[in-house]
Amino acid sequence: MSVAAEAPVAVAADARRAGDWLLVATAVLLCVWVLLPIYLLIVNALSSPDQVTAFPKRFFPSFDVGSLSFFINFAGVARALWNSVLVATLTMILSIGFGAPAGYALSRFDFPGKGTFRFLVLMTRAFPLPLLALPLAVMFIRTGLDDTAIGLALVHTTLALPFAVLITFSLFSGIPVELEEAAWTLGCTRWQAFRKVILPLALPGVAASAVFAFTISWNEVFAAAVLTIENRTLTAFLLQSLGESPLYLKFAGGAALVVPALIFIFAVRKYLFAMWGIANR
Amino acid sequence: MNGKALPYLLLMPATLFLCVFFLYPFALVAFEAVTRDGAFTLDNFRTMAGSWKFPVTVSNTLLLAAIVVPIQLAMALLMASVVSRLETGRSVALYIFAIPLGISDLAAGLIWLAIFDQSGFLNTLLSTLGIVDRPIMFLGYQDKLTIFVAVALAEIWRATAIMMVILVAGMGLIPKEYCEAAEVFGAGPWKRFIRITLPLLRPSLQTAIILRVILAFEVFAVVAALGGTNLPVLMGETYNWQFTLQDRNVAAASALLILAISIGFTLFFLRVLRVPKEARI
Repeated sequence: MSVAAEAPVAVAADARRAGDWLLVATAVLLCVWVLLPIYLLIVNALSSPDQVTAFPKRFFPSFDVGSLSFFINFAGVARALWNSVLVATLTMILSIGFGAPAGYALSRFDFPGKGTFRFLVLMTRAFPLPLLALPLAVMFIRTGLDDTAIGLALVHTTLALPFAVLITFSLFSGIPVELEEAAWTLGCTRWQAFRKVILPLALPGVAASAVFAFTISWNEVFAAAVLTIENRTLTAFLLQSLGESPLYLKFAGGAALVVPALIFIFAVRKYLFAMWGIANR
Repeated sequence: MNGKALPYLLLMPATLFLCVFFLYPFALVAFEAVTRDGAFTLDNFRTMAGSWKFPVTVSNTLLLAAIVVPIQLAMALLMASVVSRLETGRSVALYIFAIPLGISDLAAGLIWLAIFDQSGFLNTLLSTLGIVDRPIMFLGYQDKLTIFVAVALAEIWRATAIMMVILVAGMGLIPKEYCEAAEVFGAGPWKRFIRITLPLLRPSLQTAIILRVILAFEVFAVVAALGGTNLPVLMGETYNWQFTLQDRNVAAASALLILAISIGFTLFFLRVLRVPKEARI
């Protein structure tokens, strides 16, 4: 009797164990799918130029810095790197500077026009924004912003601003308004309450959203290639030299793009959902 | 400070910014597309459509989206299900799955170039296994099919993460009780997924698909890195009109076409996957 009763339980437990194994195997397989290509690029970047063009390839890096030093010393690369950092930093400052106040306003006030603003922000997501660099190229020539870091940063800010607004909105919404009200009753002005109570709580999230803005600009190719000629960013430089540059330059350049991105995503991993998840709510 | 004016003051910088750098260039690109030397004309569209490359450009872009997006949807659902079920290592898996989110499309193209190049890792693997005697040329100008496959793989690798993050966020909102109740009534994992998770996930699916489809029409740097000009796509041709052919009116017409396709598909998915207000969680 007891044996008969235990049998289905044992079968169910077996099925569950098999399911667990399947789950873990799938997870590992998917991780390999994501990581392996990056690993192979890194292998190339850490091999000497001869090894990169040789066949067959080794699946392990020789830790030769030949490719990387060739890349760094290649005419224009150092400047392109500097431009990328400059444009991304400006984008970061602009998008947080414009976006964070808007996010705060959306989370704390009810006012006519709120829906319209939200719609404007969400609408930017339905457009291939880099295309807007085409008409702006002409406008920038007229205003002297062409081929400058700030001009490109302005275009990258249209890409990053919606994210800055949405993530700061969800951040400030997560901080109870009662904290602010308590500060007011204790004699703080609105600004003091914000600076002394809300800002310290929101700062890590704001920093994450700033890092994300930096990443968006760091990675953008099309607008960068359209708007810069002399002051090319790293992506624009790599895109425009695709035709003539040797393989090891491409791979070292690719690694220079990827490695910072890995660190950025690691830094903002907790906030990824705030950035992408609330669009439909 | 007047309490009524404060939210508007806070929103003003972001709103002004979006008007100048989003709405205005959008109007400008539309204007440039339908004029030439100040006079209204549809010649820009005729020139664009008359180019011998145009039909193959449109079909490449649409075919790529049609193949890549469904595969990504399936993979993103698989990743999200794995993540939501994992007990140990959940955050590690989530971080790894999210890594491509921070990687530039140009870098993704270069990563897959390391694999598909003639002296690349795929050829090394094939020759080590004895499948081929000498390295195959995958990305030559005659190899449209393998270029297409390589671009599709790179796109699937790069942009599945965006959908995954949105879907993970959406799955987190589904009350656990529904699935538990279904389990009590004897529904297996597959049935629970089809009958409970998928229908309740519809708002997130809608967002994920819309975002992803728009990005699919923007495919540019991946193609440039892997195929050069051998696989023309809409965004690449727009770039060509602007730079190689120096005709910004036709470039604007081409940009407007991409915008029109994007908006068309956005409206289509908003309608097909619409969620009645009362059915939202």
